[in-house]
Amino acid sequence: MVGDILDLAARYRDEGADELVFYDITASPDDRTVDRSWVSRVSRLLDIPFCVAGGIKSIADAEDVLNKGADKISINSPALANPDLIGQLATRFGTQCVVIGIDSKTQDGDWLVYQYTGDPEKTQAAQRRTLDWVREVQERGAGEIVLNCMNQDGVRQGYDCTQLAAVRAVCDIPLIASGGAGAREHFLSVFEEAHVDGALAASVFHSAEIPIPQLKHYLAENQVEIRL
Amino acid sequence: MTQVAIIDSGGANITSLLSAFERLDVTPELTADADKIRGAARVVLPGVGAARDAMSRLTTSNLVDVIRDLSQPVLGICLGMQLLCERSEEDNVECLGIIPGVARKLSVADAFPVPNMGWCATRPTAPHPILDGIESGDHFYFVHSYAIPESEHTIATASHAEPFSAMLGKENFVAAQFHPERSSQAGARILSNFLEWTV
Repeated sequence: MVGDILDLAARYRDEGADELVFYDITASPDDRTVDRSWVSRVSRLLDIPFCVAGGIKSIADAEDVLNKGADKISINSPALANPDLIGQLATRFGTQCVVIGIDSKTQDGDWLVYQYTGDPEKTQAAQRRTLDWVREVQERGAGEIVLNCMNQDGVRQGYDCTQLAAVRAVCDIPLIASGGAGAREHFLSVFEEAHVDGALAASVFHSAEIPIPQLKHYLAENQVEIRL
Repeated sequence: MTQVAIIDSGGANITSLLSAFERLDVTPELTADADKIRGAARVVLPGVGAARDAMSRLTTSNLVDVIRDLSQPVLGICLGMQLLCERSEEDNVECLGIIPGVARKLSVADAFPVPNMGWCATRPTAPHPILDGIESGDHFYFVHSYAIPESEHTIATASHAEPFSAMLGKENFVAAQFHPERSSQAGARILSNFLEWTV
């Protein structure tokens, strides 16, 4: 299992990924934390930044992950359960470490935040509007937002550029698009239409359906500022 | 003799820097011991977190004059770069004053969020051994909210809403605003140049 993580990390490093995020999306619903022994090994291997998401509920959890070499920690459900945690993490480690993941769903003409999305049985509305939560987490000290558009997630029909552009308009910190990547054109549109700072994808890279080097050249040819 | 001493300024994220040197077959020593720092062939001043905390830790450890008096190659990284300068606007804190310059808050503008987190194209502006093999347009990984404006000591520049010093050099001191340990091959080149630099 850890071997697989390391192999994948090395593959993406060599293919030119700009940053890696390691998700344990089942961590919050099961009320457990990530097994972190692999974080040090990943850190030794990587010469690009990486972020660890899942099960970070306290300063001590965050310190453990950062001490093992992660550059950032991403929190989602625990931030909704205890918003004060955002400010505490920012004060202790600096805003640049603190990524807030937001799962957002289009519903009744609005965008609403969901939590515990790692487990379909526990997934529930967080009783917050997405744009309000985006504003609040910034005020509390978030350094970056990863917005996962749930309607798009897994269907590979493109990022939700409308929602991402609306979030961009109220977001002064780096914004990363997540959910929906299925073709290289989707990456180009999200940079052009929603002006996000980064685009995250998983399955199309895992399957090598979209090879990272070709994607980056395509984006560069279309005037997206990107490292080749 | 210690080949590379990394000054232990109490920041959490030293692991990635240690690993980056290990990938170059060097095992640095993380230390706050004045004699070890003075005696090392090369010294790295890293830094994460806030300028005031970092300066007060250096003061408490009696390292302020030790660092000022170093004559071997010294590399400041990220906050470490700002600490080598005169002052930071962050909490308006006095720094080491080794390299002229004041760390100023990055200005927020459309399409330029702060903190600046990500890969920025960087351009060498003055010849320096630390920049051997680095080409104009090479990308490095930056994470910062403050930066040193361009000056006569700037040896490489990058740009966010406005241009800033990506690297500074003065005598035996060099400094990088970016994180070479997380800047892929280009970053590894900076670290290996540092290991070969003689002053």
